[in-house]
This record gives sequence, C-alpha cells and structure tokens, in this order.
Amino acid sequence: MAAAEAQTVSPSSQGTGWQEVVLQTLKRNDIRLVPYVPDRILTTLIKGLHADPFFTTFPTAREEEAVGIVSGAWMAGMRGAVLMQTSGFATLANVLASLAVPYQIPLIMFVSERGTLGEFNYGQALVCRTMRPVLDSLAMEHHTCTRLDEFEFIADRSIKQAITTQAPVALILSPLLTGGKVFDK
Amino acid sequence: MNTAANSPARNTKVMNRFDLTSRLVAKLKHEEAVIGGIGNTNFDLWAAGHRPQNFYMLGSMGLGFPIALGVALAQPQRRVFALEGDGSLLMQMGCLATIATLAPKNLTLIVMDNGIYQITGAQPTPAAAVADIVAIAAASGLANSAWAADEEDFERLVDQSLAASGPTLIGVRIDDKPGVGATRRDPVQIRERFMLGLGVREAL
Repeated sequence: MAAAEAQTVSPSSQGTGWQEVVLQTLKRNDIRLVPYVPDRILTTLIKGLHADPFFTTFPTAREEEAVGIVSGAWMAGMRGAVLMQTSGFATLANVLASLAVPYQIPLIMFVSERGTLGEFNYGQALVCRTMRPVLDSLAMEHHTCTRLDEFEFIADRSIKQAITTQAPVALILSPLLTGGKVFDK
Repeated sequence: MNTAANSPARNTKVMNRFDLTSRLVAKLKHEEAVIGGIGNTNFDLWAAGHRPQNFYMLGSMGLGFPIALGVALAQPQRRVFALEGDGSLLMQMGCLATIATLAPKNLTLIVMDNGIYQITGAQPTPAAAVADIVAIAAASGLANSAWAADEEDFERLVDQSLAASGPTLIGVRIDDKPGVGATRRDPVQIRERFMLGLGVREAL
C-alpha cells in the first residue's frame, strides 16, 4: 500500500501522477461533468475533481445512473465522463447495448481495475474477467492503461476519438498504473 | 385488479397516460425538453405529437430521470420534463436522491403509476400494494413531490413546477391501458433530432 501511495501525486501539487493526467486531459477536452461511483483507487482523483470549480462532479447510486446523466448532458451540449471500478462496469451491459452504442453517444469511462495483479477477493477476480468480453462483444473501444509515460497520449487521443466518432470508450486503469488495491488488513 | 388502488395514500383519481401526456404537451410553448422513459411513456409521448425537443428511450429501463437530469444540468435555462413509469423508477430509485442533491430548478419529474408492468402482461410491481412513490420521493429529498388528485390538479402542479425553486415530482395514478402509438425505433435519428431540437447541432 505504501508503495502504491508513494507514486500518487496530489492533484493540487505540480505533480505528474496519473490522477493529474486525468484531470488535465478532461479539462483540455472540455469535459466538465464527472459523476462517479467511488473506488479506493479513485479517491485522490475524486478529491481533485471536487476541489476544481471547472468540474461538476458528484456521486451517483449506480453506475448506469451516471451513464444516463452524461448521455443526457452530451445530447444537450455538455461533455462528461464516468468514473467507476470493475465491479461497477459489470452492471452496465444493458445500458451500453441499449443506450450508449445504438444512440451513438460518446460515453467516456474510466474504470479502475480490480480483480487482477494481486487481488485478494475472489469475487472481484471473477467479475474482472467479464469486463473485456462485454466490451469486445459490443466492439467497443477500450484500452488498458499501464504506464504513466503513455497515459496522457492514450487518454487524450481516446477522448478525442470517442467524441469525433460518437462511440463509447473505456479506459481501464491497471494496477500497473495506479498501484492497485492490496490486502493490508 | 389494480392493487395500487388499495394503497391508503392514493386518494386520487385514476387517470390516463395518453390524456395526461397530451395535456402536458399542449402546455409546451418554449421548446421545453421532454424525456420519455421506456415503453408506454415514450409511446404516448410520440402519439401526443412529435416535437424536436422530445427524446424517446428505447432500452435502458429506469434511466429516464437520469437522462433528464443530464439535460437539465447542461441547459439550465431550458425547462426539462421527464416521464417515467412506476416500474421503471423502482429500478433506479437512487436517482431521486441524486436529483435532490443537485437540485436543478428546471426539472419536472412525472411518474405514471399504474402499479403494473403493463407492457409485459400487466403483472403487479413489487411495490404496487405497499409503497407510495411520492412519499419515497419526498423522503429522498425532493420536497416538491405531490400526487395529482385529478387532471386539473395535474395541470396546476405542472404550472407550479415552472416557478419552483427546485426540482418537482408529480405522481399520477393511471389506468392499465397500453400506450396509444408506437415510437419509430431509430435511435440515431431520435438522438440527432433531439440534439437539433436543443440547439446543440445544425442540420446537415
């Protein structure tokens, strides 16, 4: 855990942490609306979003609720992105297949990846295995982000591609990028 | 048959979805956005006369209110109405608290409550005989929540919502009739026309 936290940088600092990359990339692409269902890994990012008046950011009760909100907002001219963890993504097959994909909505998702590279909860490990097959079954664009030096390129280009092609994208935040969540109790 | 009518909180007239939707649409003079939830709510919205500011949801049951919230946040100057069935709302009850927290004053939520899943064969919802959706909405933080006693009261509540300082939820008890029309199921056209209607896009 200490190692994971050591490589994170608070968004308010000069940092080059992955959280700061997300925040700045969202800003650069005028993505202001960021509903989320939280995850331990996303804590610093969520704090940074709340601290910045550029963003309208808030928790929702379910991930699909957040998808509905950003879909409505995009159709009305405001760009958004949704933050969630792997198990939250697993609740989304219906809304992806019946709203985001067929209506051609550029749904941008950041999914912090649980269930691999040191997972301690077998249920998380299993649910993680459903994520990429669901994305692939809908031919949705997705990238697994593992390296900080590539992350801004992947995030920025993927957001731009989602918007210009009006197609959803999932950016999966690997423990290789974030440090992940490890068993500490 | 309709066990919803047995709920003690429902001292209200049983109305008709298409009639109420038509009354709402007749009031719209300022390019208000209207989001129709899955099934009968958007069928009757369609049948009441297509408008460029209408959005018809063809799947994603329960997301009518969240989609409307997104529209309301993006365009705070535009009035947004959302039409949902009671069964749909039961699937996404948490959104009431989200809406209460964000409190957009340009959002009016209408729940068409017949206590049944009409479109799948009129089976009662799990809430039909016991739960009061307006009380749930109020307890979720939506202070402006009320049952419409009859059609006239519905129209009064709609008018009242326009001047409210926060979001409004209007519950209406409706009969077990199916929707009158059938929305043309072309998601891309629906979305593009809606965006044109909201002034986000220009026609090709």
